[in-house]
Amino acid sequence: MKLLTHNMLTSKCIKGVSVGYPLKINASDVKETEIDFNPEFVSKMIPKLDWPVLYEAADSLGKVGDLPKNIIENFENDEDFLKKVHHIMLEVEIVNGNLICPETGRKFPINNGIPNMLLNEDEI
Amino acid sequence: MSRSCRSYLLWFAQEHTEFRFAEIKSLLSLFKIEMRFIKQPKDIEPYWLVEFNSENDVKLLASRSVSLKNCMELWAHGKTVSELHRKMKEYPMHLIKHYFEPSKSFKIEVETFCKHVSQQEKVSKIEAFSYLPMCGRVDLKQPDVKMQYIEYYGIEANNPPEEPYDVFFGRWVTSGLRQLIKKLSLKTRKFIGNTSMDPQLSLLMANQAKITEGDIVLDPFVGSGSLLVAAAQFGGYVLGTDIDYLMLHGRTRPTRIKQTIREKDESVKANMEQYDLSHRYLDVLVNDFSASFWRNDFKFDAIITDPPYGIREATEKIGTLKKNYKVKEEHLPTHIPAKIDYGISNIYGDLLLFAAKHLKIGGCVVCWFPVFREDYNEKCLPSHPCFTLTANSEQGLSKVTSRRLLTFEKIREPTVEEMQQYTCNISDFREKYYEAREESRTERRLRESKIRQDNREKHELSKSLT
Ligand SMILES: C[S@@+](CC[C@H](N)C(=O)[O-])C[C@H]1O[C@@H](n2cnc3c(N)ncnc32)[C@H](O)[C@@H]1O
Repeated sequence: MKLLTHNMLTSKCIKGVSVGYPLKINASDVKETEIDFNPEFVSKMIPKLDWPVLYEAADSLGKVGDLPKNIIENFENDEDFLKKVHHIMLEVEIVNGNLICPETGRKFPINNGIPNMLLNEDEI
Repeated sequence: MSRSCRSYLLWFAQEHTEFRFAEIKSLLSLFKIEMRFIKQPKDIEPYWLVEFNSENDVKLLASRSVSLKNCMELWAHGKTVSELHRKMKEYPMHLIKHYFEPSKSFKIEVETFCKHVSQQEKVSKIEAFSYLPMCGRVDLKQPDVKMQYIEYYGIEANNPPEEPYDVFFGRWVTSGLRQLIKKLSLKTRKFIGNTSMDPQLSLLMANQAKITEGDIVLDPFVGSGSLLVAAAQFGGYVLGTDIDYLMLHGRTRPTRIKQTIREKDESVKANMEQYDLSHRYLDVLVNDFSASFWRNDFKFDAIITDPPYGIREATEKIGTLKKNYKVKEEHLPTHIPAKIDYGISNIYGDLLLFAAKHLKIGGCVVCWFPVFREDYNEKCLPSHPCFTLTANSEQGLSKVTSRRLLTFEKIREPTVEEMQQYTCNISDFREKYYEAREESRTERRLRESKIRQDNREKHELSKSLT
């Protein structure tokens, strides 16, 4: 699972959970793959991201590198910055581990890169 | 006919004929191209006579169309062969004489649509153009200028008339994407499931969804991801969800008859890699569509999907009818979530509700919808106040049933009330389906319990794998 996807996920569908965001990450296997860089796409995604959550997630995986803590101004024209975001958002992948609901501690296992967000019938 | 904008002949494949209207309409809207009919096309005829403001427009259109075969700049059109030649001789030569310069190689291609003619006859049809001032050399393989001569004998190949109905002559401009259908064939695809969509229909769906470079596209009932292949092909970055753990992990029973076990690395992602689209793959997740976990403010650019109809697969969601039920602590590690029925009207109601919330304005939901032909009228289709239905084409499945490809475009954001529970009033396709098959109650019960049993086994297996 990519950190872009993590940025969009919540556990709000659990009964009693109000926000369920951001999900904590507990990764046992993280991989980095090379993916074609598309500056327009990265620029388009940046405003949709919850930046502090992306930063936190990268940090918790030890992948934050020199990613700035805040979105910089005129990021569209800063290829260096866009490449860093590209890397964190798309190239860092959680292969195995858990996503954890911040309110209930409910774990959602990630196996082979695919998160399992299925709930039990008593949780909805 | 005005000469400022040029006339073109669009020639379509005679397959899914109804779908070409929706496809071209979407592409014209996507690229903001103007196209005018010179003659209103008939449903079944494979050609359209149209005008564009520029040749780039028609090239752009063809660069994305799967129903379009060829496009030519029309120089002459006659009801008979002699009328065609008469008109061609009257054609203002100064407009096209540069195609006939000595430096330009050329070729004239002859097609007799729905009638077979000998090679010799073809040659004589070419020779009939000897009055054209062509000076270049003939090059059959890679001509600089390719001219096309088409005689149209209607669409009944086994009974063509003596003389053609229409005759066309002009310069070939561009071709559509028919070759892509073959490239993406399910026969050679790494990972397929029992309900994978064929590439032609998948590409049509992606076009109707107006997917373009950099769009985020979701298929909430993703299965083997066949729709996402098409979406990624046209520039989409793709996400999928499915309730079936084994499907997403490529562990269901093999779909190909000759295959006894699936390969180790079958997955939606592997398909993307096969077509060099891995940079367009975001993620797939195991999830029950009725329990959405996307961030409230997250917007997709397009949703394309083929929801379950409950015939080939069960329509279920996680839930229980028992009140205050709790899974016992000691059972949790191996517990298989209970399922309740997820009726068609709930599935489509949830889909439009979800899209009302999570789709950008102007974004499209493209989905299949099963119907009984005799009962069908537009009122029985799903609807939502935030959407207009922009396309609706039918594909017959059997004598009595068909499925319709629906395109909904989002026109505004929902009000607070419109975000709440929303159920469409749709009659249940399954009820009727079994009635029409005259399946007895017992047969049906057995059949449905078999589907449920299969599902239980699948879930047990998926638990044991995690
Ligand atoms: C008609 S198939 C779609 C096939 C897909 N287009 C493909 O390329 O393989 C419907 C899919 O919906 C899934 N499904 C059924 N109920 C679901 C639910 N409640 N939530 C999410 N997915 C569900 C099924 O597992 C199945 O894969």
